[in-house]
Amino acid sequence: MTASPFLRPPWDNLNRQHQAVSLGMWIFLVSEILLFAGLFAGYGVYRHLYPASFAKASAQTDIVFGTVNTAILMTSSLSIALAGGLARARLPRLAWYCLLATLVLGAAFLVVKGFEYREDIDKHLFPGPQFALGGTGPALFFSFYWIMTGVHAAHVSGGLAAIARLLIASRNEPAWLSGGGSEEATALYWHLVDVIWIVLYPLLYLNGRTHG
Amino acid sequence: MTDAALPARPVPDYLHHGHTIWSWLSTTDHKRIGILFAVSITLFFTIGAVAIAVVRLELLTPAGDLVSDDTYNKLFTLHGIVMVWFFLVPSIPVTFGNFLLPLMIGAKDLAFPRINLLSWYLYLGGAAFTVATIIAGGVDTGWTFYTPYSTMFSNGAVLTAVAGVIVVGFSSVMTGVNFIATTHMLRAPGMTWFRLPLFVWAMYATSLVMVLATPVLAMTLLLIMAERWFELPIFDPSRGGDPLLFQHLFWFYSHPAVYIMVLPAMGVASEIIACFARRRLFGYAFMVYALIGIAVIGFFVWGHHMFVSGQSPYANVVFSFLSFMVAVPSAIKVFNWTATLYRGSIVFTAPMLYAFSFLGLFTIGGLTGLFLATVPIDIHVTDTYFVVAHFHYIMVGASVSAFFGGLHFWWPKITGRLYPELWARFAAVLMFFGFNLTFFPQFVMGYLGMPRRYHVYPPEFQVYHVLSTGGAALLGGAYLMPLAYLVWSLFYGRRAGANPWEAQGLEWQAPSPPPHDNFLTPPRVGDPYDYHPPEGPAALMDDAA
Repeated sequence: MTASPFLRPPWDNLNRQHQAVSLGMWIFLVSEILLFAGLFAGYGVYRHLYPASFAKASAQTDIVFGTVNTAILMTSSLSIALAGGLARARLPRLAWYCLLATLVLGAAFLVVKGFEYREDIDKHLFPGPQFALGGTGPALFFSFYWIMTGVHAAHVSGGLAAIARLLIASRNEPAWLSGGGSEEATALYWHLVDVIWIVLYPLLYLNGRTHG
Repeated sequence: MTDAALPARPVPDYLHHGHTIWSWLSTTDHKRIGILFAVSITLFFTIGAVAIAVVRLELLTPAGDLVSDDTYNKLFTLHGIVMVWFFLVPSIPVTFGNFLLPLMIGAKDLAFPRINLLSWYLYLGGAAFTVATIIAGGVDTGWTFYTPYSTMFSNGAVLTAVAGVIVVGFSSVMTGVNFIATTHMLRAPGMTWFRLPLFVWAMYATSLVMVLATPVLAMTLLLIMAERWFELPIFDPSRGGDPLLFQHLFWFYSHPAVYIMVLPAMGVASEIIACFARRRLFGYAFMVYALIGIAVIGFFVWGHHMFVSGQSPYANVVFSFLSFMVAVPSAIKVFNWTATLYRGSIVFTAPMLYAFSFLGLFTIGGLTGLFLATVPIDIHVTDTYFVVAHFHYIMVGASVSAFFGGLHFWWPKITGRLYPELWARFAAVLMFFGFNLTFFPQFVMGYLGMPRRYHVYPPEFQVYHVLSTGGAALLGGAYLMPLAYLVWSLFYGRRAGANPWEAQGLEWQAPSPPPHDNFLTPPRVGDPYDYHPPEGPAALMDDAA
């Protein structure tokens, strides 16, 4: 085994290091799922207690922004998966541009989310004295709406930081993308962010719209 | 390799691998990070201990004459938060786990050394922030942060206090991920899963709980922050929220957190008992299954904290049954430790005395846990000193005894010096008596009806409180003694040599203290408990003979 610039202590074998980074990220993802599980549990309890209010409140979210964002995020998952495949196929330049596309799409997601938040605030959908909807359930729905999308957006931002780091590190050294496991770990994390959104989308946007 | 081929200059040990403060603050050496954690948790332990010392002094008399009600509430809250999150949860894993896990499996370091260092900075930053806000602003909710009091009524610095706890939680998750990946990926050739020392298995089981339970706590505390900051109705019953949801989420973490504290203690006790009974550990495979069993079942018992909360009686029955189930693997462990002692050549060293303390106190704490898992008895003693005594027997009696046992057992490995045996034995015995004198009266007064967290109490309970405070003074002395003689031994203790206990773990094949890369030659992997040499047990200690 020749020494590689991507080999870090305590490893003496790049393949083992790659496997360990991958395993570590999988374990961390399980932990992340449990972080969101607390929110899903709370949402589930209150939706069970106030089914009609939840449907009514859910219909107030902006389905256009939500759907566009779902498409953006799923496309970004495709592009980061392509980046990994291309790096392994020894097409590092192309891989780098796919990673860049992921960064742009992720940033676009946050921009769209920002416009949606502005609209939500204009429509008084933040639970407080000015809250637009009456009754007990809707305020609980929107509490979870803001916290769930907020925590998710924080994860998107974290993922973008990791992708940006990878882009900078691999700009002059494209082999970085197929090296010590950083690309795979970043991609795994990004896919998780995507998967969480795929669960949030029906919970927050589709409920209450099923009967027209 | 012949002697002539050895390098002229010896390899420096990890303590002399760099001399500047920066070489410590920027280290990625698991051994040095273990030391950094040890110093930090000692600091927080002292803060938590001072807070409870004032509480115990206050309780000497039935009237509230030393501190105000408000200060009293803040003191026991400070004690609880600091001791649970900044001492007990990290204690054994971040110190001995960090130091020993790579050594025990024959690795050079943990899988992710830089993440390991980051976890120390997160721990220190979060814990210092929380303690500073508690001391500056005060939190009076108790460590449990029950809603709706914590979200709607408490005037203290709840928001900032929980923020620090969340940060420390991330540190826990990082340690857990690191330990699991290390155990999977960095075992030396020949170190199969069923040759792992039980301490490594205990770290593995603990890490599983850390990784799976801690994020739920983080989210729960984040919900508290959201409710306090933005006045969201999440746990507010007057606006449709459910305070019991908080209790479910909180105990989903906080019951498994007890296993984060006690599983490592079980690992330490297993190493010590096998070594000083000079016996192969009885029922090794069952010890492993029991560790994993406790970690898994521990996730499904949280409802026993809520028997009087108004949850469904059917839930009570199920949680009661599941809580009894945890006793099965726990009992397997106690019986196997006892069976290991049977016909052993027992040496009563200080670590062994601490291990015996652990064994006895864990048994009492565990059995009283069964009382509390029984719904009718729990209804009688809920929120009394009976509960306080029970969880201190587990969390202090068992965990802290094992911590001190491990500290003495591995002290020669960590520092290269032997501690003074006679003083250490005296401290161990004093700690055992001090502990029982502090907490056994609390079982009695709790059963008689003394509620926990009360500042002023009826005079008939005074005798128990006086006994308890007297015991706490002894306990405090017993905690200070090792601080004195261990520091003394750093300078004047006898040199230890690689394996002063003739123990079998891989860590004893490394020099004491180990060099930066742990082993000078690749360690020889075998049975971790091969204590049956044909020539019989050797005389272990000169001054004991």
